[in-house]
Amino acid sequence: MIDTLIDITLLAFLVFTAVAIIRMRNLFVIIMLFSLYSLFSAGLFAVMDAADVAFTEAAVGAGISTVLMLGTLALTKNHEEKPPSHLARLPLLVVLVTGGALVYGTYDIPSFGDPASPAQTHVGPYYIQHGKEDTSAPNIVTAVLASYRGYDTLGEVTVIFTAGIGVMLLIGGRLMRKQKRKDQR
Amino acid sequence: MILAVAAIAILVTIALALARAFMGPTLYDRILAVNMVGTKTVLLIAVLAVLSGRTEIIDIALIYALINFIGVVAVLKLVEHGNFYASGEED
Repeated sequence: MIDTLIDITLLAFLVFTAVAIIRMRNLFVIIMLFSLYSLFSAGLFAVMDAADVAFTEAAVGAGISTVLMLGTLALTKNHEEKPPSHLARLPLLVVLVTGGALVYGTYDIPSFGDPASPAQTHVGPYYIQHGKEDTSAPNIVTAVLASYRGYDTLGEVTVIFTAGIGVMLLIGGRLMRKQKRKDQR
Repeated sequence: MILAVAAIAILVTIALALARAFMGPTLYDRILAVNMVGTKTVLLIAVLAVLSGRTEIIDIALIYALINFIGVVAVLKLVEHGNFYASGEED
């Protein structure tokens, strides 16, 4: 009962925040609201008993990405460009067609919780039966994310690490050189 | 029962802080409101953990408390210096 109430209230907060983000024009305020949005969705994940997703959302969504966006903001201007006055017809058409194709594609997806879908018949039962003894994690989601999918996560981390090195080489090096030149002067 | 009332009270507080974050005339109103919502989320999750008996989500509340602190420090540092690499002592 109270879970449902909290769910509905948090979802309503998400909608309010999203609408406010769309209406705001100050980028700094938008970043603050993004962090709020992230906090609310992490709270929702916690209510839904998805502890790991909530962890990730809190640490990455509300923490790191807010700081990263603020760092980006420090290198750019605080205000948006003026929106174009004419209606962009071709992009709108492309978006509508792509969206329609995606919605059409969902008709072939097995319905939610369908016991005959491949996700339920293939590996799911194995995880449910052996997850506890294989990984000794009390939560099946944790077992799948942190243990069965461990290599996948390692690969993702490698990709992000490589991307971070690339960005640092491209941007960070130049900034440091500029700083050094300033110091010499 | 009392926990459910507490959860509802926290939700109302979050709604008020959210309104301040949306309207807030100055930047500092908004920063304070965001910090407030973060604190209330920590409380909400703690109440929820006790309410539903899933005590492992208390850990998430702890993470939130830490993240909230770091986030606000980062935001205030940016507001004061305009960048992140100033050490704070100079100028």
